[in-house]
Amino acid sequence: MSLPQSSLMLVVSVTTKRDLLLAIRRKSDVLVSLFFFIIVVSLFPLGIGPEPLLLKKIAPGVLMVAALLSTLLGLPRMFAADYADGTLEQLALSPLPFGLLVSGKILAHWLVCGLPLVVLAPVLGLQFGLDGETLMMLMLALLIATPLLSLIGSIGAALTLGVRSGGALLALLILPLYVPTLIFASGAVEVQMVGMNANGYLSLLAAMLALAVFFAPWATSVALKIALE
Amino acid sequence: MNLETEKLGFYRYSSPQTFYPLAGKMLPWFWVVATLFGIAGLWVSFFVAPTDATQGEAYRIIFVHVPASWMSMFIYIVMAAWAGIGLALGTRLSGMMAQALAPTGALMAALSLLTGSLWGRPMWGTWWIWDARLSSELILFFLYVGFIALQAAIDDPRRADKAGAILALVGVVNVPIIYFSVIWWNSLHQGSSVSLTRSPSMAQTMFAGMILMALCFWMYSIAVSLMRVRAIIVERERNSEWIRAEVKYAVE
Amino acid sequence: MLHVKNLSCTRGERLLFSDITIALGAGDCLHVRGINGSGKTSLLRTLVGLSPVETGEIRWRDVNIADSAMNSELIYLGHDAAVNGDLTALENLQFAGAQFGLSLSQPILHDALQRMGLKGRENLPVRALSAGQKRRVLLSRLLTQPANLWVLDEAFNALDIAAGELLTQLIKDHLARGGIALLTSHLPLKMVDILVLDL
Repeated sequence: MSLPQSSLMLVVSVTTKRDLLLAIRRKSDVLVSLFFFIIVVSLFPLGIGPEPLLLKKIAPGVLMVAALLSTLLGLPRMFAADYADGTLEQLALSPLPFGLLVSGKILAHWLVCGLPLVVLAPVLGLQFGLDGETLMMLMLALLIATPLLSLIGSIGAALTLGVRSGGALLALLILPLYVPTLIFASGAVEVQMVGMNANGYLSLLAAMLALAVFFAPWATSVALKIALE
Repeated sequence: MNLETEKLGFYRYSSPQTFYPLAGKMLPWFWVVATLFGIAGLWVSFFVAPTDATQGEAYRIIFVHVPASWMSMFIYIVMAAWAGIGLALGTRLSGMMAQALAPTGALMAALSLLTGSLWGRPMWGTWWIWDARLSSELILFFLYVGFIALQAAIDDPRRADKAGAILALVGVVNVPIIYFSVIWWNSLHQGSSVSLTRSPSMAQTMFAGMILMALCFWMYSIAVSLMRVRAIIVERERNSEWIRAEVKYAVE
Repeated sequence: MLHVKNLSCTRGERLLFSDITIALGAGDCLHVRGINGSGKTSLLRTLVGLSPVETGEIRWRDVNIADSAMNSELIYLGHDAAVNGDLTALENLQFAGAQFGLSLSQPILHDALQRMGLKGRENLPVRALSAGQKRRVLLSRLLTQPANLWVLDEAFNALDIAAGELLTQLIKDHLARGGIALLTSHLPLKMVDILVLDL
């Protein structure tokens, strides 16, 4: 089915709107992953010690790893409820393209679990003594990295649907795939910190995002159909 | 679907029923060839290859380390290829092949990590360094473990095959990206400057030893995967007539 | 319109059914009967394309269902209520329409819920409704989404007598309009001239 651009977004918005509405109804779910992010980041200075130079050095990595774990925390929710109550079945039988409906759900996951991290990260970055330009870079890197995390994660969420010990398995499947995102996103911030140009890292992240936008929803919808068989 | 499978000759060997005895016939040959290459490879690596000027005798572990690293990457690609074929054409044997290859691939990755760290000890005085090759090998090992865990967690073999196939395909797209990103990461942080494989004076005989050992590992991987795929076929088809006849014949 | 030829299905190692051949045209209703675990749900799921066809063929308007546009003419209501507990009845019905490609107006939604006997409960979160009322929310889709093929799995479950009769009437109207219905039910259907398949 070929669709004009406007209706393509319209299809995506069907599931996005619904999932956002659900997120508003169940605020606690969203807040839990946000506080998880804050707590994990705050644990590092407590574990390592308050030495400013050391903290500044580890800040990009710590913030990225925490963002990655906090995204992971929200992933099982992406499809689990819809799988359990039969809504996913209905989506798979919809005359609208399934891949786009799935994209809508991924978009909603990013808006709920990813975007708040982008906004929150600079505040936590201040705790680690990062300067203004580095904080800007941190936000920019997270802005490209977090949708990538949602996209890659959706594949794992679909594969582990209804599977024994799905949550732990999801982490095992997805975390290795998160490595390039982690390296390039924290690399961009580190390079900025020493005053070098981080454009290369950002371009690589953006290229990966472009790749994932096309392929991840497709892989996820195939995995979902397998789970529904 | 069924009509099509009978029409095309290629599909004949993709049926477990024809493949099972065929694999059984091929097995001994792969074992023989693997043993021959193994003996030749070990002989070259222990007695023919010269002692390295800078690294002494300890370097000889590369004759296991490098072939194991090669095989771990190669097997992942082969596994993903089988998985892709299975997903696209719906052939049952492809999924079984992918499932049979995964433990051998994981073993190769583990062997590569183990020998890498054993080599690191005399070289740098530490069991582990975050060098690009070892780090990406570690992630590759995680990918294998994830694949095996996913297949083990799904009861229905058909669903397990398909889900595993998607994971393997996603993984194979990511392996080069991961490898590239780790190298990038390593250069950013200026990790080890000594590469495990790029020793300054690589003699011809060293290279020959590595190739022989790689061929040995290759043949071993094929042999052991064929054995495993036969076991998987027996397990999955245990209620069919032909497998009962086959197994009964083997017992007698 | 719907043609099934030599369909078989296995679950695990057990053969559920084999060599099922069905041909349904406009106005036909098929009642699939059988004991628990006889494969009724599997049959329906295969027919709508959720489960893969192992052997045999299913055609909709003379096109294999994998390539056909059956989904735009299909309502499949499964075992699960397919309603979200945190959304209201109205929102659930609206979303069901949206995922079908319809943007339903408020009067249409209210009208459908009212006919299903949910007046006054439109804006309650569905989690506060009883099992039967949840089924009614689901069944409201039959009123809001135009479809030629209705596939209803245990649609009479949890419904009281009045709702059961309403559903029977809806199916009759649907058949009179030239629609096709496939259903499973443990209860005898109060309809004449229906086809029966025993698994």
